Amino acid sequence: MSLLEIESLRIEFPSEEGPLVAVKGVDLAIEPGEIVGLVGESGSGKSLTCRAVMRMVPEPGSISAGAVRFDGEDVLAMGKKQLRDFRAHSVGMIYQNPFGSLNPTMRVGAQIAETLKVNRGMSSKAARAEALALLDRVGIEDPEHRYRAYPHELSGGMCQRVMIAISTASSPRLMLADEPTTALDVTTQAQILKLLGKMRAEEGMAMLLVSHDFGVIAQACDRVAVMYGGHIVETGPVETIYHEPEHPYTRALLNSVPELDSAGNVQRRAALAGHPPELSEVIPGCVFAPRCEHARPECAEVSMKLEKVGADHHSACPVRPYAGAGARTTKQEIEA
Amino acid sequence: MSDIGSENSSGKAHLLEVESLVKEFGLRRGLAERVARTQVAPQRAVDDVSFTLDRGEILGIAGGSGSGKTTLARCLIRLIEPDGGAVRVDGIDIRAHKGAELRELRRRMQMVFQDPYASLNPRMTVGAALQEAGKVHNRPGSENEQAFVSRLLGLVQLTDRIAPRKPRELSGGQRQRVSIARALAVDPELIIADEAVSALDVSVQAQLLNLFLDLREELGVAVLFISHQLAVIAEVADRIAVMQKGRIVETGPTLEVFAHPKDEYTQALLNAHPHPDPRMRIAAG
Repeated sequence: MSLLEIESLRIEFPSEEGPLVAVKGVDLAIEPGEIVGLVGESGSGKSLTCRAVMRMVPEPGSISAGAVRFDGEDVLAMGKKQLRDFRAHSVGMIYQNPFGSLNPTMRVGAQIAETLKVNRGMSSKAARAEALALLDRVGIEDPEHRYRAYPHELSGGMCQRVMIAISTASSPRLMLADEPTTALDVTTQAQILKLLGKMRAEEGMAMLLVSHDFGVIAQACDRVAVMYGGHIVETGPVETIYHEPEHPYTRALLNSVPELDSAGNVQRRAALAGHPPELSEVIPGCVFAPRCEHARPECAEVSMKLEKVGADHHSACPVRPYAGAGARTTKQEIEA
Repeated sequence: MSDIGSENSSGKAHLLEVESLVKEFGLRRGLAERVARTQVAPQRAVDDVSFTLDRGEILGIAGGSGSGKTTLARCLIRLIEPDGGAVRVDGIDIRAHKGAELRELRRRMQMVFQDPYASLNPRMTVGAALQEAGKVHNRPGSENEQAFVSRLLGLVQLTDRIAPRKPRELSGGQRQRVSIARALAVDPELIIADEAVSALDVSVQAQLLNLFLDLREELGVAVLFISHQLAVIAEVADRIAVMQKGRIVETGPTLEVFAHPKDEYTQALLNAHPHPDPRMRIAAG
């Protein structure tokens, strides 16, 4: 049984012209200890999908259909107390802006200790000792000293480490990381990704990593799901998705990713025309068809169901213009 | 200070020449300093920065947050007053001029910011904003509003239908194109793009990067391209300057710097780059 199962998840926002559907029937499963990436452009529904796992879809949005099961248990049916327990012990969450998630008037050590006292019923003394151990585990040097620091005295990377310490305080089996490194410098980003990888290796913690940056996804994930316009359009092992993407959107997305290898060889990219759909746009059939170079009349009737196209590899494009075409040629390989 | 800058190989003055530019920010004195009546040493946000940029050239400026990239950009057009050094446009020192002359120098250098929403007037239509920019600087052709706006929108690959719209009715990519069109309205020779594509989705980012290359080719405009993403700079820049703590620590042709980085900080930045190919993962450990 998978650790997390999301089934036909649908998230809607009310509006004067009827509900706006932001997530349109998403299926996703995460195995114990697995790191799954959710990649997509802004407005694709990736963050909402991630928040739905904790039932934290921002108002006035709501989950209108579908199921979320954690370890076989229906999250959407949980009562208040059960939900609180689930959020406290089973899942941890970190966000893009670590400053926004920490209390600016409390010393960071006290914030970690508070979590331990409330969620694990520790005494003040035990909580302090455990908080110091957690600070040390997330790679903060001189934990005794940092324990007494306020969030504004720490750098962004350090604050994110504190957030990781808080969210892993009760050894959750699943971590939800929503753009955890987007606000950080590239060198700090590499350190945080390394830390998250270490947590997985040591604790067997599974993770759902949401990012708009395929580079970040490629660094950390085993499997990746590509989202566009509220649908998952393709899933598979991260290597397969990078080298042999099946869905035209995935391919176009990867072709747009800037690469260091372009240095000294300045040339135009085959950029994807147009822009991602707005929430209010209702596109019949395949949501990507209006921007797709392989679109044909039948695409208006596509169901957006994921079909198996290879080992553990699914795509929502029935046209399959790249089937059997083999690996995508990257810029580097063209030059070689 | 001489008003004549150095020359490039063709014997003409560089389009932009920055020499030993310095900008200091004073720190507020804390209680301890006030009690002891001591001064706090000022922080150098831009520390002895020198570089040149020729016509039609794209120079990338890279560096982490707080490295001084944006302060440098703002000093170039005196949005922030530099504390020392010289900025010369075509040999003319921008720090030695004021009034109409400064305005004319600023016309030749236009800035595009990260957040187009903040740099466009929300109550003005796109057409009106473009026309106003042209009129203020008496650009030839700006008296005929429709043709003027239409030409500018064409340059940034937008249709005339955008002209009557307000910024909030546009997508992020369209808004940034309008910001670029507004910069182009006054026929600049240099565009300073400060994280101009950083807030955009990758598919739209690729379109905008192509646009900068098109503009360079069609108009011969030079671009100072500031970004914290090395890969974005790799896509467009001929040369790169890497900044750290207000100083340029390494500069050279983009390929040379990326293939053989000499400075430790450049190496660290390159090593931390998240490559989209999972086979190129940063080694654990």
